[in-house]
Amino acid sequence: MSCVLELKNLGFVYGKDTPFEKKAVDNVSLQIEAGEFIGVIGHTGSGKSTLMQMLNGLMRPTAGQVLLDGRDIWENPKKIREVRFRVGMVFQYPEYQLFEETVAKDIAFGPQNQGKQGEELNKAVQSAAAFTGLKPELLGKSPFDLSGGEKRRAAIAGVIAMNPEVLVLDEPTAGLDPMGREVLLSQIVRYHKERHNTILLVSHTMEDIARVADRIMVMNKGKLEMFAPTKEVFSRGAELERFGLKVPQITKIMQQLRQKGFSVPEGVLTVDEAFEALLPLLKKEGRLW
Amino acid sequence: MVRDVSFGQYFPTKSVLHRLDPRGKILMFIAYIVIIFCTFNYVSLGITAAFTLAFLVLSKISPKFYFKSLKVILIIVILTSLLNLFYGSGEPLWQWWIFRITLNGIHRAVFVTVRIICLILASSCLTFTTSPTELTDAIERLMKPLKVVHFPVHEVAMMMSLALRFVPTLLEETDKIMQAQKARGADMESGNLIKRVKALVPILIPLFVSAFRRAYDVATAMECRCYRGGAGRTRMKQIHLSARDFIAFALTALMIGGVIVCNILLTATI
Repeated sequence: MSCVLELKNLGFVYGKDTPFEKKAVDNVSLQIEAGEFIGVIGHTGSGKSTLMQMLNGLMRPTAGQVLLDGRDIWENPKKIREVRFRVGMVFQYPEYQLFEETVAKDIAFGPQNQGKQGEELNKAVQSAAAFTGLKPELLGKSPFDLSGGEKRRAAIAGVIAMNPEVLVLDEPTAGLDPMGREVLLSQIVRYHKERHNTILLVSHTMEDIARVADRIMVMNKGKLEMFAPTKEVFSRGAELERFGLKVPQITKIMQQLRQKGFSVPEGVLTVDEAFEALLPLLKKEGRLW
Repeated sequence: MVRDVSFGQYFPTKSVLHRLDPRGKILMFIAYIVIIFCTFNYVSLGITAAFTLAFLVLSKISPKFYFKSLKVILIIVILTSLLNLFYGSGEPLWQWWIFRITLNGIHRAVFVTVRIICLILASSCLTFTTSPTELTDAIERLMKPLKVVHFPVHEVAMMMSLALRFVPTLLEETDKIMQAQKARGADMESGNLIKRVKALVPILIPLFVSAFRRAYDVATAMECRCYRGGAGRTRMKQIHLSARDFIAFALTALMIGGVIVCNILLTATI
């Protein structure tokens, strides 16, 4: 595996030299391998969003470097657009960026800026729409006539259509109904499996992160407090709680069962895993307690 | 970035200027505008400039923000002073092609520059030290006499305060939308004028859509709290004139008096 993104002592200070000066990101260094699925957690104001916006050059770091394939993205500021095509960014509530007459045209905005035309452009739009589960008949409609969930899909498709090597999603499921969250999340997972690109998912829902992430970044007060495999991060529940975070409910239940002396495995992250782990116990004893 | 604009912002530094009656402040500001354009010699110009500086010091706000608000109008200042410089009357001191500089032109340029700068500083000082709510409250009170001619004073004031309330929100929104479109490769920094105007479309349309959405939300929220216009509304915060307001009036009167006396006693420079 090769390292696609590397951060070196990255820092960002808002309002430098004013009374409102605030360190948003403080000396973050890490490496992300190509094809990894990274979860990013941290309470509101922990610097996640600022960090994410520095990854594709929307914000220029006040200290340190962002290396994409080993090259500093700010090496040539005039070519920062190319970095933005390679590192796609889906903002929170991305549906507010829709502006075109039809959904298809809106999805085509990004790839068009890349210089794609004709059949190639059409293909990029179609496949992005398919990945996000937008029905083909919606493509000819005005984006403002869609429902909330459909708008969200259209906006995400607009970024996926650029086929970025690294995709950053900032709380893509916020404000969606449970069914919508579920479907969108599994589509992101499917997209990751098929395209093999790198994904960074910011979320406040620990259950979602636990289900999909290979590794987790934990941010607190602008610092990177942990960057480790998902199971390891969620086995450090006490530390997470200090940062205003929690482990998934099911993980907590299983941990407590372990403490009571039941022989259940450590680091259970999803309900399905818990089900698999508890079933033999129930069969053996006939009942749990 | 859009957020860097400091003109029209409010800084709650709790200075003596913050505690003045906003009605008084607006009236004094109007008097100030009139008087700054009635300065005809350097002594009276100096008096007003000195008073302006005194306001700024009293406001306890960092000079950096005043400089920032000046930066916005720098081009206007340069243009008007250049125009005045070249269109003075009298004997030319220097001449080249259609450009001629006269002593009168130099005086005019100096006056217009100082006047505009003072004007911007004073209006910045007013908005820096008066919250938008106070400001619109004061305007509503001052315009009350217009009710006699059926002018909808309360409604206008309410519209103003709503508009002011949404300035920072919309700026923030613009910023967000710009970032999102930039992430999709929108290019706003290069190209000719037509290309740049076209590049604004992906920002303006979402901005308008969200402005309308917010307007509907606010209207609903107001109706939910039984808002139905100005009739019978009372206020939570009553504004009263106090001793410090009268001191401020006296100082303003002193400045006006000084300028008038100087204009009478000394000959006009322009």
